[in-house]
Amino acid sequence: MRTGAEEEGDPFLKIVGERARNCLRLFTCMLYISSFTFGGGFVIITFMKRKFVDELHWIDEQEMLDLTALAQSSPGAIAVNAAILVGYRVGGAAGIAAAVLGTILPPMAILSVISLFYAAFASNPYVALVLKGMQAGVAAIILSVVADLGTNVVRSRSVFRVLLMVAVFIAAFFFGVNVIVLILLAALAGVLASIPRHGKGREKR
Amino acid sequence: MIYLELFLSFLQIGLFSVGGGYAAIPLIQEQAVEQYGWLSMEEFADLVTIAEMTPGPVAVNAATFVGIRIAGIPGALTATFACILPSLILVSLLAFLYYRYKKMSAFQNLLSGLRPAVVALIASAGVSLLLQSVFTAGIPSVEGLQPVALVLFMGAFFLLRKFRWNAISVMLVCGGCSLLIGLLTGAVPVGAAG
Repeated sequence: MRTGAEEEGDPFLKIVGERARNCLRLFTCMLYISSFTFGGGFVIITFMKRKFVDELHWIDEQEMLDLTALAQSSPGAIAVNAAILVGYRVGGAAGIAAAVLGTILPPMAILSVISLFYAAFASNPYVALVLKGMQAGVAAIILSVVADLGTNVVRSRSVFRVLLMVAVFIAAFFFGVNVIVLILLAALAGVLASIPRHGKGREKR
Repeated sequence: MIYLELFLSFLQIGLFSVGGGYAAIPLIQEQAVEQYGWLSMEEFADLVTIAEMTPGPVAVNAATFVGIRIAGIPGALTATFACILPSLILVSLLAFLYYRYKKMSAFQNLLSGLRPAVVALIASAGVSLLLQSVFTAGIPSVEGLQPVALVLFMGAFFLLRKFRWNAISVMLVCGGCSLLIGLLTGAVPVGAAG
């Protein structure tokens, strides 16, 4: 049988062949998941877990939880970050390339087509009406996410965090302060606030 | 040079959108609408709507959309590459460190402190999008109030909060209602396409 001959072949070629096969598999899996996953980073991570943990057993459950936390707390899109982490695990640099390409090709293709037709598309009165209605829906979706996230911040019972949230909102919305400046200042404030105050004899947190 | 501007702009979007998904929206608004004027607020609202309706990360969707409109396919490739480049470098490094030491980095603590600020920035972008949707030209005024959009917003918010509808269903219902109300009230006559 062919498989038998393959297994007895050069071990180096076998490993390289397996790696290449895994990378190809990773690429097609991510292409598929990315094409059909609506609704942001967390949804795509759920699908990735189902595929790579439950189905292919490439990654164990605890590892996936760690990778999710890393993907979520790093800068950039969660889906791309998760693809990089899983790609690294499965096939090193080649795995990263395969997973990331699989993740970004579907949205790039879809948005390219939409962008090319956008002018004609948006000037059609029916499409404009639908888009107008959907905009109201998007505003509701974003503010609903804000309500959930904001509740978590308030529940943390940290005066510092609540004040920081209010101050950043006022600075961004009413005074139009640059978003990146605000993020850098908030990171700085977070670092300063988390330094334990020595000499006062009490620890925060 | 337009490619360099696109590259630097989306590099910043990729580098500073911490906390995924919606966190990129205020940065895209800052860069593409306010800083460079590549999009009007109306186009930005359409972009966020389209991004929500199609698969893929908001930042990648925005990079392709803005890139193509400003500088064609090469522009889209430049912007997309720029917005994933910070992830490619930082997250590959994190992956390496994680598999070498198998423990979570201190990096995470630093970023968790950013959460309240990120929430506030998303809120700010959300309110701008709400104003854009509910008032003519996005400027709050009594005459400029668009009652249909306001009712749709409140209905959508209610469905999301009370019945935990998913985002796609809410948007499809809002789009459908808007079209129906427009046709019924004669805002757009039947057969006016073109």
